[in-house]
Amino acid sequence: MVFNLLLYISLAIFTFGLIYKISTWFSRSIGISAKEISTSQRVSAAVKGIAGVIFSAKIVTLIKVFFLDVLLQHRIIKEDFLRWLMHMLIYSGFMLLLLMHALDEIVTAKLFSEYYSTINPYFFLRDLFGLMVIAGVGIAIYRRFILKVPRLKTNAMDHYAIIILAVILVSGVVLEGAKITSYSEYQGMVEDYADLEEESELEALESYWVQNFDVVSPNVKGPFDEEVLEMGQDLHDASCVDCHSPNQWAFTGYVAANILKPISLTLDGVGGSTVLYYLHFLACFIGLAYLPFSKMFHIFSTPVSLLANAVMDKETSDPANIATRQVMELDACMHCCTCSLRCSAAAAFDALGNEYILPAEKMTFLKTLASGKALSQKQLQAIQEGVYLCTNCDRCTVVCPAGINLRDLWFNVREGLVQKGHPEPLVLSPFSFYRGLNRENISTEDYAGPVADANRAVAGKFEQVMDQSTPISFKDREIFQLNQLPSAGTFSYCFGCQTCTTVCPVVTEHENPLETLGLLPHQIMNCLGLGLVEMASGPRMLWDCVTCYQCQEHCPQTVQVTDLLFLLKNLAVKKAERTADQLSVDTEAV
Amino acid sequence: MKFALFLGCNIPARVEQYDTSARAVLKQVGVQLVDIREFNCCGYPMRNADQKAFLLSSAVNLSLAEKENLDIMVLCKCCFGSLKEAEHVLKEQGNLQEEVNRLLAQRGLKYTGKTQIKHFLSVLYHDVGLDTLKNNISRQYKNFKIAPHYGCHALRPSKITRFDDPVAPTIFDKLVEVTGAKSVDWNRKLECCGAPVLGINDDLSMNLTRKKLEDAKKVSADYLCSACPYCHLQFDVVQKMIISQNGNDPLASVLYPQLLGLSMGLDEKILGIHMNQLNISDLTSFLESGEENAE
Repeated sequence: MVFNLLLYISLAIFTFGLIYKISTWFSRSIGISAKEISTSQRVSAAVKGIAGVIFSAKIVTLIKVFFLDVLLQHRIIKEDFLRWLMHMLIYSGFMLLLLMHALDEIVTAKLFSEYYSTINPYFFLRDLFGLMVIAGVGIAIYRRFILKVPRLKTNAMDHYAIIILAVILVSGVVLEGAKITSYSEYQGMVEDYADLEEESELEALESYWVQNFDVVSPNVKGPFDEEVLEMGQDLHDASCVDCHSPNQWAFTGYVAANILKPISLTLDGVGGSTVLYYLHFLACFIGLAYLPFSKMFHIFSTPVSLLANAVMDKETSDPANIATRQVMELDACMHCCTCSLRCSAAAAFDALGNEYILPAEKMTFLKTLASGKALSQKQLQAIQEGVYLCTNCDRCTVVCPAGINLRDLWFNVREGLVQKGHPEPLVLSPFSFYRGLNRENISTEDYAGPVADANRAVAGKFEQVMDQSTPISFKDREIFQLNQLPSAGTFSYCFGCQTCTTVCPVVTEHENPLETLGLLPHQIMNCLGLGLVEMASGPRMLWDCVTCYQCQEHCPQTVQVTDLLFLLKNLAVKKAERTADQLSVDTEAV
Repeated sequence: MKFALFLGCNIPARVEQYDTSARAVLKQVGVQLVDIREFNCCGYPMRNADQKAFLLSSAVNLSLAEKENLDIMVLCKCCFGSLKEAEHVLKEQGNLQEEVNRLLAQRGLKYTGKTQIKHFLSVLYHDVGLDTLKNNISRQYKNFKIAPHYGCHALRPSKITRFDDPVAPTIFDKLVEVTGAKSVDWNRKLECCGAPVLGINDDLSMNLTRKKLEDAKKVSADYLCSACPYCHLQFDVVQKMIISQNGNDPLASVLYPQLLGLSMGLDEKILGIHMNQLNISDLTSFLESGEENAE
C-alpha cells in the first residue's frame, strides 16, 4: 500500500518534471538567437524538423549515431578509456537492473515464464549487474577524488549523482545479505512453499538451511547430525530447490550475509530487512522523482543532443530549432569536464583564477542564466570575461561526449552578454577576431556597440587629462611599475625623433591621426618619460595598434615601443576592471 | 628531423588545409612530426589584457615540448612570435620564470628553455634546404607571379624572432622561387595584413588588407602567398567580405604548402585546394606539364 502510494507519487513527480523540463527547452532562450521567436513557433518548428528528419535519408545518420554514440558511447572511448568503462558499467548495469530486477513483474516475468528472482541465472545476474554499477561508481569516486583528473571540478550535482547511486546499490546489497541471514524471512518461505507439519521435519529443514543457506536461527545451531542434514536435504529438494539457487551465486549478498551474521538475530528482531527494504526503494523513488531536476536527466537529454546535433547545422536548420536545441544542450551537459580538460584557453584560468574560463563551468553557470535567475554585476562580469576569453579553437565541440555544439552556443551567449552594455575590455583583443569573421551574423548596430563600450571603458579619464584647462598631474609616476619586464624603462632612451610614428601603418591610415588616435606612438613615449601614465594608457592608439612591431624594429634608440604599448594596454584593462568593480559595489550598496 | 607540431587555435578550426598540406609536404621531404595533444593557446590573444596569462599559456607549450625532448615547429606566425616573445621574457626575467614554473608545477611541468622554436618556413629553408625541396619538385610553375606576404610576427621584433633580415628578407622569396614561380617585389610586402585588429576596428583592418591587395595587383601578381592562418583568413575570408562590399576583383591567396605541394605533385584533396574561400583551382594551370620537365 505504502509502496504503491510512494511509487505513484514519485512517478507523478518524475512525469511532471520530465514535461516541465522539456517545456523549458521551448520556453527559455539564451543569447541573441531566440529574441523574436515565440514558444509556439519553436514547438511547431521542432515538430516539422523532427518529421523532416524521420522521413528523409537523415534517418540513417540518426540510427548510426544512436548505436555508435548513444549506446556504445564511441565519443567517450575516443577520449578516455577509464571514463568509458566507468560510464558503461554504471549505465549498462543500471539499465539491466532496472529492466530485470526493478521491473521484473512487467518485463522479466513476461519474457521468461520460469522467472524467479532467487533462481539462476536471475539470482546471479542481479548481483552481477549490481556489482557493475558499484564498480562504476567506484571508478567515478577514484577519478574525482584520488586520481584528480585535471580541471575536473566536482559540484553539488556530481556529489548527488554519486551518492544516490551508492545508496541505492549499497542498500540493495545489504538488504539481500540481511534477507539471506534473516530467520523471519526463512519462516515466511517455509510457510509459503513447504507444507511441513512435523516438528522433526521443520527442525531438519531449518538445520539444513542454517548449515547451507546461511540462515541464522535462534533455535538450532551447528554442528548438526548427518541424519538430520540428510533429512533436511530431502525436504529441501522436495520444496525449495526449484525456487532457490545456492546463495553463493548471489555473491555480493552472500558476502554481506557473512558480514551480517553476528548481528543477524538482533537485526531480524528489529525488522532489519523491512527497514533496509524501505531504504532501498525510497532511495529508488527519490532518484526517480528527482531525476528530471538532477544531473541524471542527461539519460534523456544527452541522447537527444547527440541525435539532434548529428542532423542539424547552422546553415540549413531553422533558427527556431537551433534556439531550442541550445537550451536543451544545457541539460545535455553532464559536467564531465572533458571540454575543460581540452580547452585551449585553460591556462588563462590558472593565471587569472576566473573559473568561468573553463567551458564546463560556463555550462553550469549558463543553466542558472537561462533559468532567469538574477545575477550580480560581479557575476556578470566574471562570466562575460570567461565567455569572451575563448580562442574559438572548437576543441570543446569536437570532444564533447554529449555532442553539444559549443562553438555556436558560445557565440550566441557571448553576443547576448556583450550586447547588454557592460563593457568588456577583451573585446579589444584578438579574441574578437572570430567575431569579426562572423560579423555578417550580427546586425550592424549590435556589432558596433560592444566595441564602443569597451573603448570608452579602457580610455578611462583620457578626455579629462587631455583637457588642457586642468593642470597636469605627475603623481602617476609612483603607481607605474614597469620593472617586471625587459622593455621596462626603455622609454627613457627616447630622444623624440618620431621614427615610430613615421613608420606606423596605423598612423598612416588616418587623415588626421591625432584626432582619431588620441596620441601618436612618440607622444605616448613622451608621456611615459614625463610619468603621465594616466594619459599614456588612455588613447585609442593603443587599441588600434596592429602590433606589427615596425616602431620597435626601427627605433634608433631601441625603445621597445610595441611592448610598452602592450604594457599600457594591460594597465588600462586593470583600471577598467577596477572601475567596473567599484561600480558594482556602488550599485549593490544602492 | 623531428619536431613537435604546433598548430594553434585557428588552423584546426578554420584553416585545416594548412595543417593537411603542411603535413603532406613535410612528409615528402622526410620531416617527422609529433602531435602533442596537450598543447594549448600560444597566449597571443591574451597579450592585450594580461601579461601573466600570456606567459603561462606560452610556457605550457614550451615545457610540454621540453618534456618530450623536442623542438617546436609552428605554422602560425602569430603563435611563432608569441612563443618567441615568451621565451625571451622568461629568459630575461628570472623572477617571472620562477612564477611561471610555480604554476606549471601544478601540471607536472617545468620550463628551462631547452626547446627551440622554429617557424615552418624556417624549417623548410634552413633544416630541409632548398636542394632537397628542388629534388622533390616534379612540376615547375611557369609564367607565374607570386606576391609573398612575410607576416609581421615572424619578422619583427627581429632581435627576438630571428626569422630573417627584418628590412630585406629573402627566405620566403627563395622558397617561392624553388617552385619555378616568380616572387615579385611589392611595396607592402612586409606590412601588416590587418588581422590583429579585426573585430576591434574593422575599417582599419579591412583598409590595411585592401591596400595590400591593391599594391600586389599593381605589380600584377597572380596570387598572394602566406604561411600564417591569420594572414590567410584575412586574405581569404575577409577579402571575400570586402569584395561583397565593393565588388573588386579578387586576388586570392594560397598557403605556401599548397603552392609547394602542387608542384611536388601531391594530391589536391590533401592540399585542401578547394577549402579556400576564394577559388584557387586555376593554380594548376600555371604548372608546366610533366613531359616538359623531363626534358
